[in-house]
Amino acid sequence: MKNMFSTNNKYLSLLVTIALFILMFGAGSVMYPGFFSFQNIFNILINNSYLIIIAIGMTLVIISGGIDLSVGSLLAFSTMLAASLLENYHMSPVVVIPLVLATGSIFGCFMGCLIQYFDLPPFIITLAGLYLARGMCYVVSIDTIPITNSFFTSVAQYEIHFSPDTFISINVVIALVMILIALYLAHYTKFGRTVYAIGGNEQSALLMGLPVAQTKVLVYTFSGFCSALAGIVFTFYMLSGYALHGTGLELDTIAAVVIGGTLLTGGVGYIAGTIFGVLVFGTIQVLVTNQSLNSWWTRIAVGILIFLFCLIQRLFESGKAAGGVKTPEVSDASVKKIE
Amino acid sequence: MGEISVIWKKFYSSRIFWPVAALVFFLLVNLIIKADFFTIEIKDGHLYGNIIDIIKNSIPIMLISIGLTLVIATKGIDISVGSLVAISSAVVAVMIGGNLVMVNGHQEFVTLFPMPVAILGALLVTSIAGMWNGMLVSRVGIQPIIATLILFIAGRGIAQLITTGQIVYLYYEPFFFLGSGYLFGLPFSLYIVIFVLVITMFIVRKTAIGMFIESVGINPTASRFSGINAKNIIFWCYVFCGFCSGIAGLVVCSNIKSADGNNAGLLMELDAILSVVLGGTSLSGGKFYLMGSMIGALIIQTLSVTIWSFNVPPQISLVVKAFVIYIICLLQSGKFRKGLFRIFGGKEIVS
Repeated sequence: MKNMFSTNNKYLSLLVTIALFILMFGAGSVMYPGFFSFQNIFNILINNSYLIIIAIGMTLVIISGGIDLSVGSLLAFSTMLAASLLENYHMSPVVVIPLVLATGSIFGCFMGCLIQYFDLPPFIITLAGLYLARGMCYVVSIDTIPITNSFFTSVAQYEIHFSPDTFISINVVIALVMILIALYLAHYTKFGRTVYAIGGNEQSALLMGLPVAQTKVLVYTFSGFCSALAGIVFTFYMLSGYALHGTGLELDTIAAVVIGGTLLTGGVGYIAGTIFGVLVFGTIQVLVTNQSLNSWWTRIAVGILIFLFCLIQRLFESGKAAGGVKTPEVSDASVKKIE
Repeated sequence: MGEISVIWKKFYSSRIFWPVAALVFFLLVNLIIKADFFTIEIKDGHLYGNIIDIIKNSIPIMLISIGLTLVIATKGIDISVGSLVAISSAVVAVMIGGNLVMVNGHQEFVTLFPMPVAILGALLVTSIAGMWNGMLVSRVGIQPIIATLILFIAGRGIAQLITTGQIVYLYYEPFFFLGSGYLFGLPFSLYIVIFVLVITMFIVRKTAIGMFIESVGINPTASRFSGINAKNIIFWCYVFCGFCSGIAGLVVCSNIKSADGNNAGLLMELDAILSVVLGGTSLSGGKFYLMGSMIGALIIQTLSVTIWSFNVPPQISLVVKAFVIYIICLLQSGKFRKGLFRIFGGKEIVS
């Protein structure tokens, strides 16, 4: 029974996520007149484009068997850096945007090097990264910096119309481009395959002669880049730099990735799943707002969803013993085998 | 002389050396900045001073890290502890009730439920939350970080649900003794920590349970083969961690005299994990050091005090904290130490 599920349904958890999104959106459409419209889907994309970008970076890190807790504060630092350079130093966006992206990448690379070359736990190092980036925000400024730069304001207001009522923002375009890049990276390059291999079993990957060290550093660099890009997208969205932007975002991101079917033990997961994870997350927010419930219900609903997803994953993956954590369930199976 | 060097060698090679060295270092830095750093005065029969403040402020983290150390020793992690602190505060605050009753110009202390019932209620709720975590990890087999992520996210929502989204202010003075009272000149909460710590130490070191926990952390399958009920060991570690977070919640709530579902225990999980790791317990499970975790909690608090005494704006202290974590992690990393000794031509120390 178990084997039938685990071998034949490689994409099963992905399908479950997509089904869940359709189900939730369908439920909303039945419950609220006018809920079902293309613009509503686009609004979820517009409001969560930064989350999509961050979650892409996080997915790769988690597939490689690590974790990156610094994403939320790195986003905040990127907004601060961009806002400060634009407003206080009057630099051109042409210079500012690459500079911010480079800073984020270097930050990620720094953490990746510490994790890889000194054998330190990713959880602790990126946790320190969380503190560091959040603290750096305050070094730049304690107050909000509003952005008045004409390029940024025009990007923020620009709408790409499909019909008079349906439109998307530039942010969605950036997110879509990132999705394509990530899909290519994860599934069609040597880098992507090495990431999956490391997550499956780092020792084996090393013995196979794969560039483990280089790839692991690159994964964190890519996550840093994604966070910085999400920071830029966030400034297009909010038109300000503020040290408290994106607090708690790291766990929202992990939640979206998990709902998307990626296993935290590494080696298993899809970029596409993560995208639908973010969409499910966004739909919950819209539903909670439409139901005019208090905002804490969002958190409870997300908690319940993660629980359900873990249960489903356990049901279908229990034969597969993914990665390092040996659960008692797994040891049961091995006992049976030996007997 | 020979004996001293033997003791020194033993101390140097023990896992507790680096945490203690870090703590002593920060205390000395403080002494250099402020000559009267170690002075302890007696005011109104209580001891006052920087050291007492450091101890008092690190008590919630200490309480959490007692439970968390055991969880981490089983190769698990519990990131829901901060939310459990919020839930515990919310339950105790709602059960005691936030009414200010004045009779003839004097405050009358009223509670909705008797105080012991409220305290037991809060501890019961967080223990049940711990059971939920433990069940998910040990019976359902969900990875610890995800299993506890559920309560991390939903827990704050639950806490707000209990307090109906408002901050509950308390006026019942006997309850404040828990967090801000003094007994024999020392903060009462310190006795709570010592009590919990001594009982835990007794259970894990004088019985075989400590060894069971370590063996489950190192290899659950092998432990199972040697007759240890790994599932139950893991389960009860999470329950105990929930219980400890509950006590921490009581102390926090009684200290700030209110319960705020949104902010009580915020970022506490990170500080608690950090103090356990600084104390020498590895995140990959196995050997654990309860005393080390206590010292880890003190290091974090001393570090904050040190940063403040340099007149660094409190917001920027996060940057300093991050760098100190990096340095301490590097010092604990075997690879880094090997590299250092190679550079300086010393002998390698196998820890």
